[in-house]
Amino acid sequence: MSSPSTTVHEARPGRRASPFARLLLTGDEITYLITLVSALSIVVITAMLFYELFINSALSRHKFGWDFLFTTTWDPVAGQFGALPFIYGTLVTSALALLIAVPIGVGAAIFLAELAPPKISDFFTFLIELLAAVPSVIYGLLGIFILVPALRIVEPALRATLGFLPLFQGPFYGVSLLAAGVILAIMIVPFIISISREILLAVPADQREAALALGATKWEATWQAVVPFARTGITGSIFLALARALGETMAVTMVIGNQPKINTSLFAPGFSIAAVIANEFTEATGDLYLSSLIELGLVLFGLTIVINGVARLLIATTSSKVAPQ
Amino acid sequence: MAPSNPVRKTDSPLLEPRVPEEAKAPVPSAPKLLASKMNFFYGKFRALYDINIKIHTNQVTAFIGPSGCGKSTFLRTINRMNLTVRNSRAEGEILLDNQDILTIELSELRRRVGMVFQKSNPFPKTIFDNVAYGPRVNGLHRKGALKEVVEKSLHRAALWEEVKDKLHESAYSLSGGQQQRLCIARALAVDPEVLLLDEPCSALDPIATSKIEELLFQLKKDCTIVIVTHNMQQAARVADYTGFFFLGKLIEFDTTRVIFYKPAKKETEDYVTGRFG
Amino acid sequence: MIAISASFARRKAVNVVMLSLTGVCTLLAVSVLFFILGYLVVHGGSSLNWDFFTKLPTPVGESGGGMANAILGSGKLILLATLFGIPIGFCGGVYLAEFGGTTFPFIVRYVTDLLNGVPSIVMGIFAYTLIVLGPRPHFSTLAGGLALGVMMIPISLRTTEEFLRSVPQALREGAMALGASKSKAIITVVIPAAVQGIVTGIMLNIARVAGETAPLLFTSFGNRFWSPGWDRPTAALPVMIYTYAVAPYEDWHRQAWSAAFVLLMLVLTINVTARLILARRGHSRR
Repeated sequence: MSSPSTTVHEARPGRRASPFARLLLTGDEITYLITLVSALSIVVITAMLFYELFINSALSRHKFGWDFLFTTTWDPVAGQFGALPFIYGTLVTSALALLIAVPIGVGAAIFLAELAPPKISDFFTFLIELLAAVPSVIYGLLGIFILVPALRIVEPALRATLGFLPLFQGPFYGVSLLAAGVILAIMIVPFIISISREILLAVPADQREAALALGATKWEATWQAVVPFARTGITGSIFLALARALGETMAVTMVIGNQPKINTSLFAPGFSIAAVIANEFTEATGDLYLSSLIELGLVLFGLTIVINGVARLLIATTSSKVAPQ
Repeated sequence: MAPSNPVRKTDSPLLEPRVPEEAKAPVPSAPKLLASKMNFFYGKFRALYDINIKIHTNQVTAFIGPSGCGKSTFLRTINRMNLTVRNSRAEGEILLDNQDILTIELSELRRRVGMVFQKSNPFPKTIFDNVAYGPRVNGLHRKGALKEVVEKSLHRAALWEEVKDKLHESAYSLSGGQQQRLCIARALAVDPEVLLLDEPCSALDPIATSKIEELLFQLKKDCTIVIVTHNMQQAARVADYTGFFFLGKLIEFDTTRVIFYKPAKKETEDYVTGRFG
Repeated sequence: MIAISASFARRKAVNVVMLSLTGVCTLLAVSVLFFILGYLVVHGGSSLNWDFFTKLPTPVGESGGGMANAILGSGKLILLATLFGIPIGFCGGVYLAEFGGTTFPFIVRYVTDLLNGVPSIVMGIFAYTLIVLGPRPHFSTLAGGLALGVMMIPISLRTTEEFLRSVPQALREGAMALGASKSKAIITVVIPAAVQGIVTGIMLNIARVAGETAPLLFTSFGNRFWSPGWDRPTAALPVMIYTYAVAPYEDWHRQAWSAAFVLLMLVLTINVTARLILARRGHSRR
């Protein structure tokens, strides 16, 4: 062992000899503690979230009980609060959004994953992921000034063709369940596309190749071999998109009309859970009013947890099929 | 030492005799490492059975044997890298210069017993920072001293000439063989007494391999070397002592000459003559 | 024979039709992006002036003025959110990637995913109940920052864990074989190896939170003036867009477009930069 080695040795004794260093926990223990506490705090924060929602909605929960979910009256003046108009609005707009977005989204995902050349697929996916990054309020802005006027133009045609359905009857002012459904559809399409595309890409190549080897056309191989394999995962992506739609606030509140009424027509204005919270929270006078709004938040929280849970289960099922070990 | 078994004659290509080294029998000195009754368990699976071995100072010791026979596992118990495996247990004793390795502080042990891995694993840092990593982590921060250590280590690893002008480029700009020599330099930078090499040439071409084998001859002057190899010819070329592992047991341990010419055990003979493995 | 070739012709036709249909779906989806960009550039970019960045909002009804306070307010909110959310997510991610185990990490991941799915407006309620509803009820920058910060945690944790896991085990072993303790190896080798991915993850996280409106509506609320300190309500860019868009004043609509343009440019620039860095990284690693 020659001289440079002593410089390495020299450097060490000072460190070991320090009594202060022995007092402190070792670096390993500190790192472990800090990271552990951080991970724990996430669990704590989530628990606190649920707790706060629960506690602060106690007033209205005790006053209305389970009827809260089924009462159609939302009358702050009279102190009567029911969640049904908002649950209705939320579900209807989300359902409409899915109806529009799923065919387009899954179709595009199939194109990008199976039918398009890789370079085009990557480029378009890049653009679509940018779409997912556009803030909700900007969609809302476009909704107010472009979509709603556009719908006003389209409305007579819709009424003429589909007016026999109660869905397309009644007066139409632009802001409506229909507008909210359409803007939601535009917002969730990117999610459906990017997740479904990933799921389709993960399907083992031998599925497609087996079909092609039997003489199937590209479309037949895709639709009959690949897509069924990925079906559960794609359903999962739809559920994820649904969960997003349920919680969307700004774009919805800007075009839905903000009327706490239940109406069979899509032309009518409505309200969603997120939208009413956004609109009335700061104006809520009185504890019962506020408590009811927070209870609505609790309902929304519960809804999204359930739907997200189902979605992740479905996606996990497909992943385990793809990686059978 | 005329081989008694007629099969031996065809085996002489196994040995490329380097006459001066082979002529004198290696001088046995006090063992650098002494392992007694080493056992290792992965969960319920027993990977090592009562390994007893003496590794001699400033000699090259090779571990040979078929895949999965425990030679790498045993190697990793020497610098306690087996600790990285979850749900595993090591039993027995290893002495480094007559001191139980369990009583040596872990980072000190790993400074004294260095390791080079099967696939070179340089850090995503510059060449200089790779070699300087060990000294820095062990407390050396003076710029001048670090430069000295890095240069010396790169010399010892026979890499200095090739990288002296690009010390501040990424380590990944080097070829596979150069990267492995960089890893050797990195291990040497903390001036280890023992150097453990786990199949260091298995991912390298023959030229890169021979460069590293040449290195080992130089290095053993200052360092005790233990090398695991699945390549018998390599063991025959570089090692003074060889241990044959099979199914977790150390079947035989002796000078390389004995192992390859006059093994005592039948399993050893079967392995070195290529009957299996 | 004729039957087979007719059927094959039909199948070929179906193939072409479906290819085109799905392609049309894709074009539809992508065209939305160009439409949004185009419209905002024309409508918002054209009426953008220096006043926007330097002036305060004028009294209600008067035209002119700008959104300087909202820009600063958004900056402060994002700063708070980053200081709160990133470290927790990062350290949690380090725990999951480096210290492992089975049950506790599973719970943490599950809870994190749960937290990620919470609608942003509910986050706003959470911050409201914690801070606004406290001893002295008041809207504040702090409350807004907290709401946004909690939103940043899940993504921060997931990206940190993912990029740390992508660092090969061989690097950790190499560091430890040289005498580095586990935490030293993590800090000096593993994290630096993953730093590019982690930083881009932070960028994307910030871009997402910069555009959030709902959680701010009743936490940082809004302000027509400057908001010194952290304890008072503050204007924020997305909230201004909302407030101005739903109001009846033409001039406010014009300003909402300008603000939307600025916000979109900010968000898209960060996104494109981050994604480009990530894409390049995929090619340059050995």
